[in-house]
Amino acid sequence: MITAILFWVLTALAVAGGIAVFVVNSMARATYALAVSFVAVGAMIVMLHLDYIGVITILMMLMEMAVMAVFMVMFMGMNPALMPMDMTHNKRRSVILAVLVFVVLAAAIVFIPWPNRTGSPADDLTKSLGDAIMGSKMLVMLTISPVLFATIIAALVLANPKGRYDRYGDALDRRDVDGHPDPDDPIPGGLG
Amino acid sequence: MSDGAFVLVVLVPVVVAVLSAVTASANGVLDARTNGAQLRTGFAVPFQETARLLRQQRRTLPGADSLLWRISSAGIGIAAVLKVLVIPLGGFTFADLPVGVVWFNAMDVLLWALWWLLGWGANSSWSLIGGYRFLSQALAYEIPLMFALTAPAIGAGSLRLLTVQTAQTHVWFVVWMPVAFLVFAASVVAFASWGPFQTALGADITGGVLLELSGIDRLLVTGGRYAVLVAGAGFSVPLFFGGGAGPILPAGVWVVLKTCLVLAGLLTVRRLFPTVRPDRLAEIAWVIVVPLTLLQLAVVAVIVGVNGGAL
Amino acid sequence: MTLHLVLLVAAALFAVGLYGALSQQVVVMVMMGIELMINGVLLAGGALWWFLSPTPDGQTVLLVVLAAMTVEMAMGFAVATVVHRSRKSDMTDSATDLHG
Repeated sequence: MITAILFWVLTALAVAGGIAVFVVNSMARATYALAVSFVAVGAMIVMLHLDYIGVITILMMLMEMAVMAVFMVMFMGMNPALMPMDMTHNKRRSVILAVLVFVVLAAAIVFIPWPNRTGSPADDLTKSLGDAIMGSKMLVMLTISPVLFATIIAALVLANPKGRYDRYGDALDRRDVDGHPDPDDPIPGGLG
Repeated sequence: MSDGAFVLVVLVPVVVAVLSAVTASANGVLDARTNGAQLRTGFAVPFQETARLLRQQRRTLPGADSLLWRISSAGIGIAAVLKVLVIPLGGFTFADLPVGVVWFNAMDVLLWALWWLLGWGANSSWSLIGGYRFLSQALAYEIPLMFALTAPAIGAGSLRLLTVQTAQTHVWFVVWMPVAFLVFAASVVAFASWGPFQTALGADITGGVLLELSGIDRLLVTGGRYAVLVAGAGFSVPLFFGGGAGPILPAGVWVVLKTCLVLAGLLTVRRLFPTVRPDRLAEIAWVIVVPLTLLQLAVVAVIVGVNGGAL
Repeated sequence: MTLHLVLLVAAALFAVGLYGALSQQVVVMVMMGIELMINGVLLAGGALWWFLSPTPDGQTVLLVVLAAMTVEMAMGFAVATVVHRSRKSDMTDSATDLHG
């Protein structure tokens, strides 16, 4: 009973949050509506006994949305709440396509004869996930880590307007008489 | 959760509020001592402030996003209570999550959102600058914190706080994970945007996030900061100080006692550090503290590997 | 809470996300749409795992989905930054160089 109520409340939050993202006209509200949707989905995943994945989803998405809001404000360059304008294109076709996709997916979900449940969950699912990552499925994680590392580097190369050499010039270890880097580091930090 | 636990859950926010008030009073006393004022006046500061704010009328700037603003001012205390719910009191815990350590981390990330929203909602430039300051500071402390939190988890071989607590029957984790504890303690202070990490509320931006807050909202935020401190200190007990273990007194009392001692430590140490600018903090945190934390993790992993478990 | 219900919710999230990704002009909003779609995938993955085959190592797939989401975010922001810097705009309509 409690599970059912919780499920429907979370469903409402997840879907309403998702819709709100594209309806509200405030950048902060759109971003945090998406955060609400993610938190609801994270809670549902916890209800599906995937504690670690669910809580990690909540953690990651809250963090991501906090950063996303900053990018939104930075790039939009204006406040749609003050200057209402429509930042969309192909609205009608998009709606038709989205509804169509939902109908096809829903039909598939209802009509596919889902197989019976096989296998049984481990007693400690978090531990079994850890064992899988460090054991039979280690290759997956070993593949993901260089991908993530490459992403960090690629994203930095793209986004950083000035690299190491723009920061200090050719002579990275050049020092002034007072021991400070010369020319002075244009990107100040705690270490130089 | 049994029926009795449901009744006790109601007490959790009350206990958090009382401990927050005590911390705020202690802070007031220390402040009074530094300023050479009467200690008694310092003790009464938080209560006077509460009475004043409860009577103060709310003011809102035109164009403020009141919905997000109010949610975030109430949310800080709620995040603190949500953290406290998973802290074990001896063998008893309100919410025995198998991933309690990750839960704590998720709740402190919630604070990122709340502090930024507090800055955003007010529709004041100074507040928004405060919100941005908190985010950049959060980016700096979160990476070392995430690694630091894994140290007790590796030591115990579990993310469940009850297991982490029982793994410390012989030696407390703080003894062989001092770096992890220091990073954790610093991060707790930073969650609350307090002490050396208070630039989001700095006087140089006329109070930053707090600037436009008034009345009950301001009370919730200032109280919530102390609640976050209390929750963080309380969380260090099962992570680093052996949980409810202790002679004679019941486990629950020991947890509260140890929490108070950690809080006292934070209150004292706070006065020894100058305020850290977020842009400076990022480089220090990532270039110096992250490698130190990784070294700590390596030490813990080797000890656990050689010893076949916690010390 | 049955497999069908959870999958339907996931499909709804996916469809809403698809609408956003197709209709929005601002790059960050497009990314939000994609995020919402991945959100649906994540939920569907969790449901399929629990209701069909709750084997220990099936959870790894969901970690892969989460990692994919991270990569999408990081690269999306990086590209948005580059586009913004070079054209002072964050609209998808102004970045159609690859349009045939």
